[in-house]
Amino acid sequence: MDVVVFWVLALLAVASGILVFRLSSMARVTYALLGSFLFIGGELILLGLNYLGVVVILMMVMEMVIMAVFMIAYMMNPAGLMPMSMVHNRRGALAISGVVFAALAAGIAAVPLPAPAATRPPDPTLQLGESLMGGQMLTMMTLGFALLATMVAATVLSTGRGRYDRFGDDLERRIPNDPVPGGVGRR
Amino acid sequence: MNSSRNLSGRQVVNPAPLWSVLLAPAALAGLAVAAVTGDALLAGRAAGRRFAVGMAVTPLAEAARLLVAPPRTTVAPDRLLLRLGVAGVAVAAVLAVAVVPLGDRVVVDLDVGVVWFNAMEVVTWAAVWLVGWGPNALFPLVGGYRFVAQGLAYQLPFMLALITAATGAQSLRVADIVAAQRQLWFVVWMPVAFLVYLAGVLAFSFLGPFDYPAGRDIAGGVLAETGGVDRLMLLAGRWLLLTAGAAMAVPLFLGGGLGPLLPAWVWSLVKTVAVLAVLVYLRRRLPTIRADRYVELAWVVLIPVAVAQALVPALVVLGRG
Repeated sequence: MDVVVFWVLALLAVASGILVFRLSSMARVTYALLGSFLFIGGELILLGLNYLGVVVILMMVMEMVIMAVFMIAYMMNPAGLMPMSMVHNRRGALAISGVVFAALAAGIAAVPLPAPAATRPPDPTLQLGESLMGGQMLTMMTLGFALLATMVAATVLSTGRGRYDRFGDDLERRIPNDPVPGGVGRR
Repeated sequence: MNSSRNLSGRQVVNPAPLWSVLLAPAALAGLAVAAVTGDALLAGRAAGRRFAVGMAVTPLAEAARLLVAPPRTTVAPDRLLLRLGVAGVAVAAVLAVAVVPLGDRVVVDLDVGVVWFNAMEVVTWAAVWLVGWGPNALFPLVGGYRFVAQGLAYQLPFMLALITAATGAQSLRVADIVAAQRQLWFVVWMPVAFLVYLAGVLAFSFLGPFDYPAGRDIAGGVLAETGGVDRLMLLAGRWLLLTAGAAMAVPLFLGGGLGPLLPAWVWSLVKTVAVLAVLVYLRRRLPTIRADRYVELAWVVLIPVAVAQALVPALVVLGRG
């Protein structure tokens, strides 16, 4: 039964992955990619990694909706209502993806995989987490803070109106001078 | 506690038999109809009319009319995506209640039930945006984008509220969260998380103060270009989501099926109806809030407050050792 579910989900994931390059509407393409991620979330749940599987579903739905908004905003035709091709630089893309696929497939064959355990561990998510990050927890925590700091810094650098625009050069205004009235602490 | 006689040990929730797969959506639909009826009565009272049976069945009559009404068509719609979105709203609500226990029974006793509920609630983002995109028309499109903007505002405080309850029980399993409230309901020492949770429920069902994506200023927004069965599904989906949110508030903050004398499932129902009544009342009382204003309130005020609230159970759990 598990094997059947695995193959059904796997084929659906690959099929919706292919649709990403065959469809011509940005909205449909985004949701095809979302479908692919959802099926992969299903595969993770099938492996007993419930937490990771459900979190993949949760994060990917949010991410793909945000991505749809940005991709459509950045497209060259207004609102993305005209059909468009998702394929660019055909030869280069084919070469790169072929090499990456071959390398990953070779990795599966070359790496000595451990023999499957007789029984499933009580908490596979915990086991996977420890084997992935066990010795590297400090690195990962530092990386997390570095990423967050980068995001905050990038936002601060790119914002058009900072606190000096809102509160004056000496931050002397009690009520900020904003183009849109209302909100927290405004009139 | 009397009802705990059949609740031995830590196990307060058992997987229900297979027929519950049908019962759970039926119960959800029944409660949603009750909520819509109550809403219609409140609307009648607000309009100064006397109570009449006709007033209570207005929503059902409207549902019957929509069933036979022709669907609305626009120029060059993306029908596939529109239908996916319309169905998605109701399907998300039904899938979300799969992990919500009714008394001591639950359809799926998932070890990450809280995350599952959260994931299904987030599916409304994808669904409502599609309903906005699908008709290829201005007002629904604006409504769809409004929902995403509103989602960015309500989602983080809402997630922190879920995390607060899970931290208090040290488990993502809904049954464990109920069991952890034997002594004291979470709402007593996590009131802020409870309020933030209720706001999130109104927001993901885009009702009341959060009906901005379907606002009157944009001719109904995501609802503007739907008719017939599509519209019925969408309107029903909204109320199903509200009901699912109310049902989940009970195991998260109000002790689930725990209570004296009455059987556990009765307590679950009574508490769900109470939460639902509060939500329906609030929906009629509060004015619509613009997403840009709510984003600011959510990020400047609600997120810090919700983090502080999440710190309370974290410290208590640490203190217990």
